Amino acid sequence: MIEVAVRKTLRTFELDVKTTFGRGVTVLAGPSGAGKTTLLRIIAGLSRPDAGRVALDGAALDGVPAFRRDIAFVFQEYALFPHLDVLGNVTFGLAARGVPRADRAAQAHAWLERLGIAALARARPAALSGGERQRVALARALAWTPRAVLLDEPFAALDHATRGTVRDEVRAVLAALDVPVVLVTHDETDVAAFSAPVVRLDRGSVVKDDT
Amino acid sequence: MIRALVAIAAAVLVAFIAVPLAALYAHLSPAAFARAIAGAPAQAALRISLFTTAWSLALTLVLGTPLAYVLARREFPGRTLVDALVDLPIVVPPAVAGLALLFVFGRFGLAAPLLEPLHLRIAFTTAAVVLAQLFVGAPFYVRSARAGFAAVERSYEDASATLGMGPLRTFARVTVPLAFPALAGGAVLAWARALGEFGATIMFAGNLPGVTQTLPLAVYLGLENGDIDLASALALVLVTIALAVVVATRLLERRAA
Repeated sequence: MIEVAVRKTLRTFELDVKTTFGRGVTVLAGPSGAGKTTLLRIIAGLSRPDAGRVALDGAALDGVPAFRRDIAFVFQEYALFPHLDVLGNVTFGLAARGVPRADRAAQAHAWLERLGIAALARARPAALSGGERQRVALARALAWTPRAVLLDEPFAALDHATRGTVRDEVRAVLAALDVPVVLVTHDETDVAAFSAPVVRLDRGSVVKDDT
Repeated sequence: MIRALVAIAAAVLVAFIAVPLAALYAHLSPAAFARAIAGAPAQAALRISLFTTAWSLALTLVLGTPLAYVLARREFPGRTLVDALVDLPIVVPPAVAGLALLFVFGRFGLAAPLLEPLHLRIAFTTAAVVLAQLFVGAPFYVRSARAGFAAVERSYEDASATLGMGPLRTFARVTVPLAFPALAGGAVLAWARALGEFGATIMFAGNLPGVTQTLPLAVYLGLENGDIDLASALALVLVTIALAVVVATRLLERRAA
């Protein structure tokens, strides 16, 4: 469970959010520029709130740096490491946790298999299609069993044709997770497709909260 | 008509650069080159140059990398000033740099009260050669490294952090590999500038064979003593290295692009 009660002054408005993200998927919806990404970055520890706190499973995360939070983040443009191949990207979080090299590869391969991209293990991100990048980003985020998963507009970089398929796949993978998952989207078709609890932000304030 | 003038102007400058360099290669027979380069003065100068530039490069990397990163990533008061200051040695005449270093590390320099009790003498020692090279060479590295770090998208460092890598490991595993062509290119340039250093060295370190006499100083002394073969053999070594440096930086630039 992620408990959030934070305030942060943004350029044209104040982000002021108090809500709770329970186990399973919650869709964080709202128009572009509503403060959704900022809220995700605050939860992940990539951005600091002016006031307030974030807690994960009851433990406050004040002062805990991003790299010690065990919260996975799927970036909008994926931010796959261009100097590493797919396997290097997916094993990155395992390497950070000191998992032995052989185990890393095995665990990463299991995820690549599951997402149907095992054949791409040695490919560089630059050689991948948008849908493939999305799957690699997801595998990289999940391979080390994070305690929460945040996805920032995971379908925005995809073209219309692949969007639906990838969304169905991602939904299936996320549904199997037993941790809080927050998926940010500005797209109402995503909101409808996930049929999950929705927290809706507008200009920094919660205007709808199913949680 | 204009096209012809452009072609002539271009050809004149290209020839002006190419002919003297080619003349260096033409001056010495391979046998004379081998004889000059095997001699004790040449060997001593080569040794001093390799030793001092290795040290100045190491100091450049150790001190320049954090500075370049901070300049690329952090906002702090006086940043623009520091940025400009670091570029200054590129345009300051080397002889002036040498004099300035004397005013700090010389017998009556600013640092004398610190150095004297420790019986540390820096001016006119091999250490002075290293410091002179650091002063003139480091800016080339910092400049290039700063640009390289600035070009690394922050989202890669953010991604590394959310995957559990701390700041130092993120730097080593993400930032440095992504900025590598700029770092290596800057290091090569800084090293080459240090290797060619003359003015600051002769002012601040002197021209003592086997102690502070680097390749450029030995070229100068060879010419002054009438040993043209020694001077041109060492000059050939320096030009050949310069050629390799130009090729290397081009290759690194291509890799970066």
